[in-house]
Amino acid sequence: MIAVLRHRGPDGEHEYTSPLCALAHARLSIIDLETGTQPMANEDGSVWTTFNGEIFNYVELRTELQRLGHRFRTRSDTEVIVHAYEEYGERFVERLNGQFAIALWDTRRERLVLARDRVGIRPLFYARSGGRLLFASEIKAILAVAPQSAALDVHALAQIFTFWATVGSRTAFQGVNSLPPGHLLVVENGTERLERYWDWTFPARRTGANLSLEAAAEALRCLLTDAVRLQLRADVPVGAYLSGGLDSSGIAALARQTAGELRTFSITFDDAEYDEGRFQQQMAEHLGVRHAALRCTARDIGDAFPELIWHTESPVLRTAPVPLMLLARHVHAAGFKVVLTGEGADEVFGGYDLFKEGKIRRFWARQPGSEGRAALFSRLYPYLGRSPVTSRSFSRLFFGQRLEELDHPFYAHLTRWRTTQGIFRVLSPELRAQLQAVSPEEDLKAQLPADFAAWDDLARDQYVEVKTLLEGYLLSSQGDRPALAHAVESRLPYLDHRVVELVNGLSPRLKLRGLREKVLLKAALADVLPEPIVRRTKQPYRAPYSRCFFDDGQPLPYVKELLSASSLRRSGYFHPPAVERLVEKCQTGRALGEGDNMAFVGVLSTQLLHEHFVARRAIPVAAAGA
Amino acid sequence: MTLRTELRQFIVENFLLSRDESLLGDADSLTAQGILDSTGALELVAHLQERYGVTVQDEELHPDNLDSIDKIAAFIERKRG
Repeated sequence: MIAVLRHRGPDGEHEYTSPLCALAHARLSIIDLETGTQPMANEDGSVWTTFNGEIFNYVELRTELQRLGHRFRTRSDTEVIVHAYEEYGERFVERLNGQFAIALWDTRRERLVLARDRVGIRPLFYARSGGRLLFASEIKAILAVAPQSAALDVHALAQIFTFWATVGSRTAFQGVNSLPPGHLLVVENGTERLERYWDWTFPARRTGANLSLEAAAEALRCLLTDAVRLQLRADVPVGAYLSGGLDSSGIAALARQTAGELRTFSITFDDAEYDEGRFQQQMAEHLGVRHAALRCTARDIGDAFPELIWHTESPVLRTAPVPLMLLARHVHAAGFKVVLTGEGADEVFGGYDLFKEGKIRRFWARQPGSEGRAALFSRLYPYLGRSPVTSRSFSRLFFGQRLEELDHPFYAHLTRWRTTQGIFRVLSPELRAQLQAVSPEEDLKAQLPADFAAWDDLARDQYVEVKTLLEGYLLSSQGDRPALAHAVESRLPYLDHRVVELVNGLSPRLKLRGLREKVLLKAALADVLPEPIVRRTKQPYRAPYSRCFFDDGQPLPYVKELLSASSLRRSGYFHPPAVERLVEKCQTGRALGEGDNMAFVGVLSTQLLHEHFVARRAIPVAAAGA
Repeated sequence: MTLRTELRQFIVENFLLSRDESLLGDADSLTAQGILDSTGALELVAHLQERYGVTVQDEELHPDNLDSIDKIAAFIERKRG
């Protein structure tokens, strides 16, 4: 099982085996390079653990546990886990500040505990097979010993083709579960218990509701500084990603203040529509850091896409993770194993256009006849200047659908999901028939907290965004997977749970004020960033789309093969004539919209997933995965 | 081929990625079907300009002219005079 995970941990492999439990570990050595080898036990060998990730507050926890009489043999964060478990039992996990997937074996009680960090930065999968419970950081390790699970779950495909992500514990593979973020799985006496220990909540009675912007910004600044300080802990150099936007610039600036020296890395694109190189350079100069940019072409993306899908273990609808995977390779080659990133800020601080869109629709719905309210969309999407939607009468038709359903839990998201579901046009008739009874929306509704309806509008929209895009896509297919494909660990200070808890307890006006996003974060970072970066209009990270897969008007050879009628019929998910029309539209440059581009990338990635894991055929591309 | 048949064929093939023309009636709203989102409308207008040689003015970008096969056909016939 462990051999297929070597890309995550190339620095050594070790195992622990007992009659009832076996643990294995592929190490990426970051803390305590000499004695931090895993699996690791407590003093008497009665508690064993293997884990992926970091416990950032291990220094403080170690001191606390030593005071309570625990003896430590190493300087690693791993050893803190076994002693914290001895001291606090299952609740040890609540003491940890970190990003982790932990397996812990208590030999005395014959109890296995699997634990995943609060927001789901590190992955953890499990499956039952032949009376055994198998678990691993990636699904491919499970499939190595349970090949019967190597079949795609069509229910999961319906969810991914709606939300970009699966919901709850479902994965793209039949019978393989993901341990949801903030959960423990305890296996003992032949029973399994799944327990949630943390979730994103937005208390109706907020402790910080009356805090002024200045006071909240000061509190946030202190907390972010501390989060960065903890996340700089490593016995190897720590770098930072710099996209040129507010979020990563803020983290890099705080890291520079704390660490003194800092190396930064970024991606640039040939295509000016996606490139942010100018802002990256500006920020690097402001910080006085040594900066390296990796130039990425559309062809690079097309060539590396099969390798990406080997790592994501899920269909994706965008190509944006590929440049991040190529960047990780570059960062690793530069001698770095750890980078800080700005991921998570849009969810925590209310940065997405989607939140503004929801706000405008709700505002408009209260006076549906108002021309002025409907016209606000052209302020939100200036690029629509080229489009008929700037006409108010069309605005009403595009953005006004289901306008009156103000109580709908997914009010802000419905129009986006409908665009993504454009891929349903190319499903095979058989798959369509199978999916008749499947409702991704109902699946998601079943996961909502009991008091969800009592939260304010922005909180509800944030929660839905976190449970779909963040947990299921940004942290996995665009986060952990492309980075650890090349043994690079990303660290995400904005998702320190103390930051999340502070900000969730504040008034929504400190996040989205009018149509100004991330007001609180901008205030907190104003002193450490140049004004143009703080004032810059938000630019979402994107990469070129379907054109990456064509060279001189012709599909790349592997694309042609996988989207051929015979390949499509063999896998069975898609309707060959419909895919043919979609390919032709992309090939001739007539696919202008998100819907067609997402459908193309979705079809290709599903076909790749099938080839990699179900058919187990090699993809005819030099860059393809193991 | 009538104008309506031609329009239906284009819309069904280009937007619904199908050849099943029964999927779209002449009076069906294209926005309600999800066909005319922001970029779909751009694709449609580009096609009308190229195929029928009509020039679409900004003030003509109105659902009354573009939101169904019937409305588009009437719009083109009017433009052609």
